[in-house]
Amino acid sequence: MSGNGANAVEIQGLNKWFKSFHVLKDVNLSVAHSERVVICGPSGSGKSTLIRCINALEPHQEGKIIVEGVPLSEEVGQVEAVRANVGMVFQQFNLFPHLTALENCTLAPMWVKKMPKKDAEKLAMQYLERVHIPEQANKYPGQLSGGQQQRVAIARALTMEPRIMLFDEPTSALDPEMIKEVLETMVELAETGMTMLVVTHEMGFARTVANRIVFMDFGEIVEVATPDEFFTNPKSERTKEFLSQILR
Amino acid sequence: MSQRRPPRVVMPGPVEWLRENLFSTPFNSVLTLVALFLIYWIVVPFVQWAFVDAAWAGTTRDACLERENGACWPFIIQRVDQFIYGFYDVAERWRVDIVLGALAAGLLWLTLPRMPAKRGIGTLMLTLFPVVAFVLLVGGFGLERIPTERWGGLIITLVVAVTGIAASLPLGILLALGRRSELPVVKGLSIAFIEFWRGVPLITVLFMAVNMLPLFMGVSVNKLLAALIAVALFSSAYMAEVVRGGLQAIPKGQYEAAAAMGLGYWQSMIFIILPQALRLSLPNIVGNFIGLLKDTSLVSIIGFFDLLGIAQVGTSDANWATPNTALTGYVFVGAVYWAMCFSMSRYAKHLEGVLASGEKR
Ligand SMILES: Nc1ncnc2c1ncn2[C@@H]1O[C@H](COP(=O)(O)OP(=O)(O)O)[C@@H](O)[C@H]1O
Ligand SMILES: [Mg+2]
Repeated sequence: MSGNGANAVEIQGLNKWFKSFHVLKDVNLSVAHSERVVICGPSGSGKSTLIRCINALEPHQEGKIIVEGVPLSEEVGQVEAVRANVGMVFQQFNLFPHLTALENCTLAPMWVKKMPKKDAEKLAMQYLERVHIPEQANKYPGQLSGGQQQRVAIARALTMEPRIMLFDEPTSALDPEMIKEVLETMVELAETGMTMLVVTHEMGFARTVANRIVFMDFGEIVEVATPDEFFTNPKSERTKEFLSQILR
Repeated sequence: MSQRRPPRVVMPGPVEWLRENLFSTPFNSVLTLVALFLIYWIVVPFVQWAFVDAAWAGTTRDACLERENGACWPFIIQRVDQFIYGFYDVAERWRVDIVLGALAAGLLWLTLPRMPAKRGIGTLMLTLFPVVAFVLLVGGFGLERIPTERWGGLIITLVVAVTGIAASLPLGILLALGRRSELPVVKGLSIAFIEFWRGVPLITVLFMAVNMLPLFMGVSVNKLLAALIAVALFSSAYMAEVVRGGLQAIPKGQYEAAAAMGLGYWQSMIFIILPQALRLSLPNIVGNFIGLLKDTSLVSIIGFFDLLGIAQVGTSDANWATPNTALTGYVFVGAVYWAMCFSMSRYAKHLEGVLASGEKR
């Protein structure tokens, strides 16, 4: 997949405040096409806020964010244009409880892309098969396990055929026995060449799937490294401390 | 999915049943005795008055004067036409019959489970029915015009209630969305509108609508139309607050998921947020409908002959002057209101069950 623009995501001098609280401090990050970046760091360090800025779920005050060549700005239509390229998977799944798994997946293709219902259903079934739960298509989210719900959420994001997928701690709300099925789905997605930004504490996933790991603390990017460097030879003290806590 | 039931318990005998259910503790025993006393003191005399001692047969007040300790049902029976049509021209009452029949048939069709083509019927009820009902009731297109002053009884009550209900839900939804809007002007106007109408009693609003508006604006407005608008605006303000309560219960993640997929504001509202919010507020929405239906009786105070107004006209009729005429009229009107409100309440309960089983959270 080749996009418009040199990089899939280009973030330059990003600063963001919640009222007077400086949550993102001068963040710079480029993500290449088909690159898989894992973002980790202590709770409250600004990981969610950073990736939510990329699809404008959070507005930012300073700096540039360019997604697939489209700059995020106040201009009408820019936000929609960026969101059309970016899929997102949330910690709490955020499936629509009043719609079946299939309806969750057909809604956006039908109403955003104006696809006829038949085509949208075909497309949705294709992606539900991709995440290995076509047989659950007509169930409501409340009738599915957490792992199944998260896979429906992944399929739902994929039906919009985004160039970039954002994951915000996709396995943190899951019971241990369901984490694996979701991670496997994500690994398969990585193998298709999808550009992925993943906030996660699953260090096994980071080690095997990530091209680079970004470590954040107090709203700053402290360190960016390949998984090898990151785990065997971290440069900053803060990274070492974080790793010692998480890899016990 | 079948649920496992506990094993069946052998039915207790009447004595055990009494002890378990009515006299299990001293406090329960006292409550039971108080309840029994109230039944004896209120319900028994009422039944005695309304049924046992009541006059049933006869066509004049003489029948009722003979049975002076009971209800005067001949008064209702003789005037049942007025209770339904008011003073609508007798030769044209078939038009009302069609409207009432279509309304009843449509509502039954939509509320009975397992009826086919509900979507089509619902669309007809929301589009074609109001137009046809309007033409039939008002006249025109070759039908004789019947001035609204001659309407009365159930027609007035239903016209006010049904328009109020049909207008207040969509208006209330828009106001609730407006109140939560990020646009300061929209938000401000919505709040001002809602708080204005919630701050004034309906009866003053009705008085102003039918008496003062024409005075200020210098145009003569149809009194019924003015009352209809007043009721619709008034109840939409209450509806807005009910819907807002439902909207507030929807987690932020639902908005975010919708936005992240590229759905616009109206799309998110229509497909994601409102279906969930309305489902959550259903009990309160129906509560509002019931309140509105009962509040329509206030129009009798501003000179309409709705159900209550017709009862009042009758009680001041010298030909029916008996000690029980007024009471019988009010009891009858109360019973009609109760039947309509109770049906709405039961239907809402049923609907809640259906909707809850749909998503099985
Ligand atoms: N909507 C908000 N308003 C105010 N503060 C917020 C908001 N969202 C997050 N924060 C704060 O910003 C900081 C970073 O949050 P977040 O990006 O969620 O961290 P992480 O995902 O790394 O745990 C936290 O201190 C959090 O309390
Ligand atoms: Mg987070």
